[in-house]
Amino acid sequence: MDPDLALLLNGIVSGLLLGGLYAAAAAGLSVSFGMLDVVNIAHPAFMVLGAILVALLQGATGLDPLLLAALVAPGFWAMGALLYGAYHRFFERRGDEAIQGLAFFFGVMFIIEIGIVLAVGPEQHFADAAWADTTWRLGEIDLPLRMLVPAAVSLAAIGALALFLRHGFTGRAIAAVSQDREALRLLAIDPVRIKRFAFGLSLALAALAGGALAVVQPVDAASGHIFIGRVFAIVIMGGLASLGGCVLAALAFGVVENVTATFYGPSWSPAVAFGALLLVLAVRPQGLFGRAA
Amino acid sequence: MEGLSRRGLGRAALAAAMLPAAARAQSTAANAPAPAGEPIRIGCSMSLSGGLAGNGRPAAITHRIWAEDVNARGGLLGRPVQVVVYDDQSSGANVPGIYTKLLDVDKVDLVVSGYATAIIAPAMPVVMQRNKVFVSLLGSGVNTDFRYDRYFSISPTGGRIKETFAKGFLDVAMAMEPKPRSIALVNLDSDFHQRAAESARFLARQHGLRVVYDRAYPPSTVDFSPIIRAVQAARPDLVFVGSYPPDTAGLLRAASELRVNFPMMGGPMIGPHITAQKLQLGPILNNLVVWDVYAPEPTLQFPGMQALLERYQPIAAREGADALGHYVPPLAYAQMQVLEQAVRRVGSLDQAALAADLHAHRSDTVIGPLEFDAMGEWTEERNLYTQYQGIQGNGIEQFRRAGTQVILYPPRYRSGELRKPYTAGAA
Repeated sequence: MDPDLALLLNGIVSGLLLGGLYAAAAAGLSVSFGMLDVVNIAHPAFMVLGAILVALLQGATGLDPLLLAALVAPGFWAMGALLYGAYHRFFERRGDEAIQGLAFFFGVMFIIEIGIVLAVGPEQHFADAAWADTTWRLGEIDLPLRMLVPAAVSLAAIGALALFLRHGFTGRAIAAVSQDREALRLLAIDPVRIKRFAFGLSLALAALAGGALAVVQPVDAASGHIFIGRVFAIVIMGGLASLGGCVLAALAFGVVENVTATFYGPSWSPAVAFGALLLVLAVRPQGLFGRAA
Repeated sequence: MEGLSRRGLGRAALAAAMLPAAARAQSTAANAPAPAGEPIRIGCSMSLSGGLAGNGRPAAITHRIWAEDVNARGGLLGRPVQVVVYDDQSSGANVPGIYTKLLDVDKVDLVVSGYATAIIAPAMPVVMQRNKVFVSLLGSGVNTDFRYDRYFSISPTGGRIKETFAKGFLDVAMAMEPKPRSIALVNLDSDFHQRAAESARFLARQHGLRVVYDRAYPPSTVDFSPIIRAVQAARPDLVFVGSYPPDTAGLLRAASELRVNFPMMGGPMIGPHITAQKLQLGPILNNLVVWDVYAPEPTLQFPGMQALLERYQPIAAREGADALGHYVPPLAYAQMQVLEQAVRRVGSLDQAALAADLHAHRSDTVIGPLEFDAMGEWTEERNLYTQYQGIQGNGIEQFRRAGTQVILYPPRYRSGELRKPYTAGAA
């Protein structure tokens, strides 16, 4: 195979795998920010909290990190439900959710980061899965399981969530609350209860993304910072409340970053990826799959 | 939250520094007269939380050990020493305020820096305004612009980074047979790594090497496989990489997945310096040539070093800091020793006299004798280039033994021979 073609194909494939991780990181935010209109800037910090928990549990039990991520996800769901309760009580109910709510989640982010340092130290943590050292080869194409398995599990989880949102009663109520919360009341559904449940779901997704992240790279308390810009960009590019759009945007982000890094150098990757975001917003201000206002 | 974190951690660190010091002084100072009077207070900003805390906390532990040692020996000028430390949260923006408080409110007698260029540089204007001697820890080229004559750097890079930083890597490489003809340069887009890459670029030209890949990557990079794949496609004989811990792990894992085979790879890849990453990467480190500041090799044992590590490691285990302490603690202890010896020689805390003394005299430290040039850098650079050899599995004990991380450069400390190629753990 032509070396440049092999580089291009590998750039695309590795970009898709990277996009799978981005999708996991952004899907929860798509629920909280896109559907519930809660600007949870602490979402990547919750993902890092999940990653460090998974790494510590993996060190203690030897279980598979992605299985552990699934096991800690219900705890994150409960934490999310409690957190939303506090947010609603002190900010949303009073109509202070814009700036004060943002400050609240900034505070949550700092508390998580400092809490991690105080509890487990500032060192990096990593989950070592048995399969992570294996790389499959399809001709000239490399498929490292370190990237492939987390991406596949993440996409499967997002697919299950999409089915739930489309076909489950509560799932459809979550989709509805993003469109018209007053209409929900007419159906005798409490929008606050639905939002509490959905916010819990978004943090459960953060825990799953954390499990994937702990396999892909070492994490410390501040590792979430590099994801803040990316996950918000992906959710906006995908069209806020659209999970499908979020996944597509995440995969596009990954491919653009990796192909650019391969041929033009990694310094250009963020510029080109965020340039693509601007281009999409110029053509479709509502994002790839968003509804026009 | 900021106040709670900074003050809380600062007070905790201060209390922790004083209590063990007092206890140890009571129990071990049988022969030395007990220090008396007002303590000599030494202030510093330290990254006890945030991204730099992985190295800041070991430095803070080491400063406490130094204070205990000095107090056990009768103190300094007959007075006990106290380290006053505030958490800068790894943010340079907090540093000027911390030094202002240390100097104007706490009225400390001496100041030293926290860890890394990003924390040292913001302290410089405050320290310079008060004409204080300032001994820094692992900063690179901080005084190039300030040109402050009371600045002293504890960093092995020396003052001529461009001419000397990558010299060891290239000297070792050019001794290989067959001689390498090309080099790839990969570095993180940061001040330290840009300087390192500039040195490699400069020296590669001098050696007549063809630079076939020369790219920087941003700190936000997550997937490193495109970089390694592009380097592979350029087919270099040498790969010089400058990276920080998360990137180093990503780069080396990508190298392992892509089955690299380079005659020699390495450089200032900060990461295996931290024990957790040594254990995590294990055999992937075999044959990697890494810039370092200390390795537990017989050629690099100076008085006090082993005792320091034996004191440090149990404390680190209790406090969840870096387990082995081979990277920052030796330099952090030397940082305090330099200041201590100057005070003893001068016999007072006169800042001008201390600065003149440090320029004029050699200091003997746990990392060997140190002398400073007019800019406060070491008169003789001591960039170590080491190679990991024979690592099996992920156990910690092998990293305590000589022979696991042999020194290739400089020749006076050499403890082993280069092994090639670098294959990222492939048998």
